[in-house]
Amino acid sequence: MNDHAIVVEGLEKSYGSVRALCGVDFAARTGSILGLLGPNGAGKTTAVRVLATLLEPDGGTARVAGLDVVKDAGALRARIGLAGQYAAVDENLTGFENLEMVGRLYHLGKAESRKRAQELLERFELTDAAKRPAKTYSGGMRRRLDLGAALLARPPVLFLDEPTTGLDPRARIGMWETIEARVQAGTTVLLTTQYLDEADRLADSIVVVDHGRVIATGTSDELKDQIGGERLEVELEDSGDAEPAISALAELAQDRPSADGTTLRAPVRARPGIIPDAVRRLDAAGVGVVDIALQRPTLDDVFIALTGHAAEEEPADEAPQREEVTAA
Amino acid sequence: MSSLAVTIEDSLILARRNLMRIPRQPDLLIAYTVQPVMFVLLFVYVFGGAIQTPGFDYVDFLMPGIIVQSIAFGGFVTALGLSEDVTKGLIDRFRSLPMSRAAVLAGRTSSDVPLNCLSLAVLLAVGFVAGFNMTTGAGDIALGILLLLFFGYAFSWVFALVGLYSSTPETANAIGFTAIFPLTFASGIFVPAASMPDGLRQFAEANPFTTVTDAVRHLWLGTPANTDVWMSFVWCTAILAVFAPLAVNRYRTVAAR
Repeated sequence: MNDHAIVVEGLEKSYGSVRALCGVDFAARTGSILGLLGPNGAGKTTAVRVLATLLEPDGGTARVAGLDVVKDAGALRARIGLAGQYAAVDENLTGFENLEMVGRLYHLGKAESRKRAQELLERFELTDAAKRPAKTYSGGMRRRLDLGAALLARPPVLFLDEPTTGLDPRARIGMWETIEARVQAGTTVLLTTQYLDEADRLADSIVVVDHGRVIATGTSDELKDQIGGERLEVELEDSGDAEPAISALAELAQDRPSADGTTLRAPVRARPGIIPDAVRRLDAAGVGVVDIALQRPTLDDVFIALTGHAAEEEPADEAPQREEVTAA
Repeated sequence: MSSLAVTIEDSLILARRNLMRIPRQPDLLIAYTVQPVMFVLLFVYVFGGAIQTPGFDYVDFLMPGIIVQSIAFGGFVTALGLSEDVTKGLIDRFRSLPMSRAAVLAGRTSSDVPLNCLSLAVLLAVGFVAGFNMTTGAGDIALGILLLLFFGYAFSWVFALVGLYSSTPETANAIGFTAIFPLTFASGIFVPAASMPDGLRQFAEANPFTTVTDAVRHLWLGTPANTDVWMSFVWCTAILAVFAPLAVNRYRTVAAR
């Protein structure tokens, strides 16, 4: 097969007058994780729905596992797995019954469906809960069951729409490890997320979308360089110390530090020991420090840098929240 | 496998899923059995004495009609179930699987059939206790039961469409009880259509609920039938022919909410 499991070209989709996707291009290498990063309403879910054959695009083309998402939709469905924003499990069925049903609907046959259901319950540590109705599961357990359903037929391409939204930190890390293990087994994953740290940890390449457009593409490092990377924020005891503090930190910083009253900001490349190093330098210069912290770039930083507006801002004349309306 | 065989297999898998949940949701079972029984008791004993049904005991007049009404509303389980599947994202999962496009709906509607059999049995039992009597032969009685189940199945597809257009189970409820429920009253189910004012009377006479009820009365009580029996089968077929394609078409594009 070709070396890209997902190839999207000029994809367009509108809901009435709202343009959810306005000519989107991206591609994912086979066996890699592509992160689709953007705020609510950016078009991430719409893109996933088109790729998972749930929605027909208005324009452009998309090929997944070498198959066209419109023309070959029927054949494609046997080769994809989908885990959505909400855990799509039947609450009245047990964990085992849920997975067995999905296996049967992938036409794996009864014996194979049961075997796979058992395997996945074990892998996701749901064996103890296998005979309980899913309505008794916690949020994290439902997500694991949902992901189990997506993996049941060992699909070569996996779509994960905000797989960790609403999970507690521990469940979140567990989910990340599972996704990484799938990719090591050769699966191609398209993952949407609102969180830069998630894309950072998982994605081999990241596509940043906003208002239905791709506004940046690259690896996590490339994007961070683009948005300025981490910065050191220092709260000074006395605003009169700003000048000596700037000189003290100049060597650490990638760019000249800036001061605003008692707050000093220095763009830096994060590394272990950078904070003690900065404190020593400030101390040697006789500068009193109230607080010091390393600020990692946030999604807001990406958006401010790339679009000039914050991710949360709502342009007055557009309604980019349509996606939320349909997906909430 | 041929596509028809796949559709049947997938539909059976989903019908099994729908039926497995019934004992786990006892409230649904209660709605299926207790509510129609309440209706029978209310109409027979509260209204029955005041309603004139020349040539009939009211309980004999009422039973075929109230069974028609209950069976038609048996499909409401389909509306609720589909609306829930859409809301919870299960429809998205199903639509992303390599399964038949008709199976979710066919599985839903066919799992209504055993439930309708159950409510039919409960209603007949209560009816017999309240004094209901069938006076025809076994063949006619069986044909009546068959007609009722066919009518119920056709209405399951009406409710499938209602469920797919309802963003919440409450919406499905509202559509069911403001649009379809009154239709069952503007018919010859509870009172003879001849007692209604002009306009409403003609409407009630043309109402399929009246046609099917009169057909069942004929098959169970031996009343004159005219064209009611075969017209009832025509109505069932027509309802299916209109609503099944509409529902399948809606299913293809329905978005999770």
